[in-house]
Amino acid sequence: MERFGASFLIAGVITFLLGFFLQGVMPVLTLRHLKTTPVEETARDIPPEFAQLAEDYPVEFERYLGKVDPPTFARALRAGKASYIAEACWHCHSQYVRPVSNEDLRFGPVSRPEEYQNEMNLPHLFGTRRVGPDLIRESGKHSNDWHMAHLYEPRNVAPYSVMPAYPWFFDAERRPTLRALGLVAYLQWLGSWLPAVPATTIYNASALETTTGGARP
Amino acid sequence: MSPGSRQVAAAADRPLVNLDLMRWHLIASAVFFAASLLGGLAYSFQFNQLYPFAGVEWLSPGRVRMVHTNMAAYGFIANAFIAGMLFAIPRLTNRPILSDRLGWLIFYAWQLILVLTIGGELGGYGQGIEWGETPIFVDPLVVVGLVLLVVNLSVPILRTEEQGLYVTLWYFLAAFAWTGLVYVMGNYLPQFWVPGTAGAAITGLFIHDLVGLFVTPIGWGLMYFFVPVLLRKPIWSHALSLIGFWGIAFFYPMQGVHHFLFSPIPMYAQYGAVVATIAVEVVVFTVIVNFFGTLHGRSDAIRGNLAIRWFYTGMILYALTCLQCAFQVTLTFQKIIHFTDWVVAHAHMVMFGVFGFWIMGVFVELWPRAVGKPWASPRLLTGHFWLTLIGLALMVVDLTAAGLVQGFSWAGLSHWGASVVASMPFWWVRTIAGLLIIAGQGLFFYALWATARQPAVAPDLHPITVEAA
Repeated sequence: MERFGASFLIAGVITFLLGFFLQGVMPVLTLRHLKTTPVEETARDIPPEFAQLAEDYPVEFERYLGKVDPPTFARALRAGKASYIAEACWHCHSQYVRPVSNEDLRFGPVSRPEEYQNEMNLPHLFGTRRVGPDLIRESGKHSNDWHMAHLYEPRNVAPYSVMPAYPWFFDAERRPTLRALGLVAYLQWLGSWLPAVPATTIYNASALETTTGGARP
Repeated sequence: MSPGSRQVAAAADRPLVNLDLMRWHLIASAVFFAASLLGGLAYSFQFNQLYPFAGVEWLSPGRVRMVHTNMAAYGFIANAFIAGMLFAIPRLTNRPILSDRLGWLIFYAWQLILVLTIGGELGGYGQGIEWGETPIFVDPLVVVGLVLLVVNLSVPILRTEEQGLYVTLWYFLAAFAWTGLVYVMGNYLPQFWVPGTAGAAITGLFIHDLVGLFVTPIGWGLMYFFVPVLLRKPIWSHALSLIGFWGIAFFYPMQGVHHFLFSPIPMYAQYGAVVATIAVEVVVFTVIVNFFGTLHGRSDAIRGNLAIRWFYTGMILYALTCLQCAFQVTLTFQKIIHFTDWVVAHAHMVMFGVFGFWIMGVFVELWPRAVGKPWASPRLLTGHFWLTLIGLALMVVDLTAAGLVQGFSWAGLSHWGASVVASMPFWWVRTIAGLLIIAGQGLFFYALWATARQPAVAPDLHPITVEAA
């Protein structure tokens, strides 16, 4: 065996395939009964926040997106996801709620596989790090205005934040462009298939006051 | 067969080792290492609310982070590994690489890939796959480059007339089979065909296999080559070498899902990943024992030989990483430490503390050969070692502690901002640790340059042992 180099190449292929089968193919087979939803189908359920976006920013919405209808929402979702990936938001925000560490109390219902079986999750954006909070239950937690202000300069709405500002999502008049509208539409979509979970209702706010010397976030 | 006994036997038409090609891969490794270091430093300032390029789109912290990790893996580590293999494979097989011309083509192609990757990621074309952020239009080039590299380097191994293949070559050959498969799997399946939860299982496998099936086997292969050569004695136990190799080859590829424990991925895959991970941590200890058995009786070399010192420091950190891993992979630990800076500490300890340190040792050994001159200043190199080690240790301890603070803060349902505010002192210490590491690399880069620009000396460099100052 040590004489023939090809045996190590073959062993490499076999061990790779064995691991790939156990850890990759088997989960695919287990979840094979779930139908993959295309973006156009996903976009048929328009969350109220998207309609609200057209009212909040009527000029920009019409210029960059158009009307409040499923094809427009699909375009907004695609644009938002592209920005989410280009800026690598997923490096600091995860997109799944675990059944441990009180995460269901903080974020909302524990994640289920069928929620991710759609073209919007190609590639999935589970993430492996949380500098900021998880976003899979973000829909409805904050207003569109809050999101716009937060993207423009996070520390204006959360002084402790270490999130970067994204002024290039806005034009010279500081009005939102397609990137801002798309990203807010995307964030307000995340979890919109479940009843909205109110934000910051159960937190121990005094802990933050202690660590910030009394300054309210 | 002991690699130490191998003499440089020049082939009739061309030298055994292409030192020019090796030198340029080392230079490229150092250049992209500098890019990775600067990216990491800049990114760390974001966490101190003092990002130097705030408001500059193409230097946005999220994009710079991709440059930091990708240049560490594909720039620094990959180039240095290629240089190490360009040296080790011909010496072990007594055959030069298949084609020097192909070697240069791969060199230029690989650096082009790296430049396109930096440009693409900063330009907003990064891919949404961890460690696979290389833009989608770069991926085919990477695959072609890897295939060419495998052909160029495996032909001398497959054609060698030596009796029996040495351990190093087992690891290299397995890595050749693994690396391309892993890259294609991770960059294509979750991007185009497998959505959502199952895609996450495959991404987990990619994150894991990139370290386990590309970096680890080539790293150990280089250790099995350089350590006996420098210590001038054979590896302690052939049986342990066998157990270590086949154990790693069997268990390492089946643990990807441990990056997504408690996710919606089916629980049997999660349990399987945990069990396989603990199994491989047991197996790798046979490798570590083998190397410390080899060192037995020659521990003076840790002091006197700087390359050996880098190698064995890396191995101690490897043992720590693996011990840590056997615990942190359990569901109990994952409840608290997942998503926190604990994992960032772990990643730095293994990618830099282990493989980066081994590469430093390889540089110490190969750079004088590459430029045909002895090291200009062993004192600089000793300073490089200590600054790097102290900086890395500080960073690992600091971020591990920060991870516990964050994890318990979240589980205790504090306001999210409380976990951020509580992390800030730790993030400052992380920046300081990074500055120590970078100061060390400053000495290193200066030493490389100062060595290369010395007046030429006699080509016979034996012995090239670097005495620590």
